Amino acid sequence: MEISLSAETLFHIWSFPVTNTLIVTVCVSCFLIIASVIVKKKLALIPKGLQNLLEFVIEAVLDLVDSVTQDREQSEKFFPLIATIFLFVIMSNWVELIPGLGTIGINEYSNGHAVFIPFIRSASADLNVTLALAVISVISVQVMGIAALGFFKYAGKFIVNPFHKPYVVGTFVGILELIGEVAKLISFSFRLFGNIFAGEVLLAVMLMLVPYFVPLPFLALEIFVGFIQALVFAMLTLVFLKMAVTETVH
Amino acid sequence: MDAESAKSIGAAIAMGLGAIGPGVGLGILVSKSVEAIGRNPEASGKVQTVMILGLAFTEAIAIYALVVALIIKFV
Repeated sequence: MEISLSAETLFHIWSFPVTNTLIVTVCVSCFLIIASVIVKKKLALIPKGLQNLLEFVIEAVLDLVDSVTQDREQSEKFFPLIATIFLFVIMSNWVELIPGLGTIGINEYSNGHAVFIPFIRSASADLNVTLALAVISVISVQVMGIAALGFFKYAGKFIVNPFHKPYVVGTFVGILELIGEVAKLISFSFRLFGNIFAGEVLLAVMLMLVPYFVPLPFLALEIFVGFIQALVFAMLTLVFLKMAVTETVH
Repeated sequence: MDAESAKSIGAAIAMGLGAIGPGVGLGILVSKSVEAIGRNPEASGKVQTVMILGLAFTEAIAIYALVVALIIKFV
């Protein structure tokens, strides 16, 4: 049984390697976009069917954002980023439940021995995707903080004057905050990658050992873990956004 | 001892020891939040939200250990 930490390339487009996770990412994005375009074409005042489901999801996420920001106007500013992160991550986490993950693929020969390349691999099980999402989160936190507070006031959180009240301790705390921002990048990407990749490996091992009925609780666990990881990614981004736009009280 | 068995032992030790801390931490976290909900059932929504947040941070430490174990074994 082969487990590969990095995503496998399927083919090349003029020396750009196209991996199976890239195709899955494009499919998930197309699915989300097409679903919203279909609903938008026939918007009815009394929702039914797909529109009802989407309105329920949007209201649930907006209430979640409200519960952290306590301010409707600020929630509506943060809502597009948080909802996109949540929907994209939950859809790409649930790709690992599709039957045929890791088993339907092609055999290729590289370095003299046969390597199996599956067609489907969850997009969040690729460190590139999770790192990209983490970079988007951290950079948008900085941008929103600077937009809300102004550049010098926001930088004043990290670069503290050693001649003012907490003296040298304040400067060190500022430097620690700066290192903390980099640590957030690493922690975001590895938390999502580790959870989903470990889930894929767990499902593959379980299905290899006992193919019938026994993997059912593990599939249920993976549904739950996929939802929780998406929720945690979105909520942590939200909490850091809220912390970045509030002024520190001294 | 050859490289293959050393890799397996290394991966096993990394994940095993790395799961102790987060396990204890998660137990303490959930027990305190269940206690808080028991004392004040009206605040259960807020407590639940903060608990899920704490859960993610603590779980992430175990995930770092898992990633190190996987890198040792497969890279």
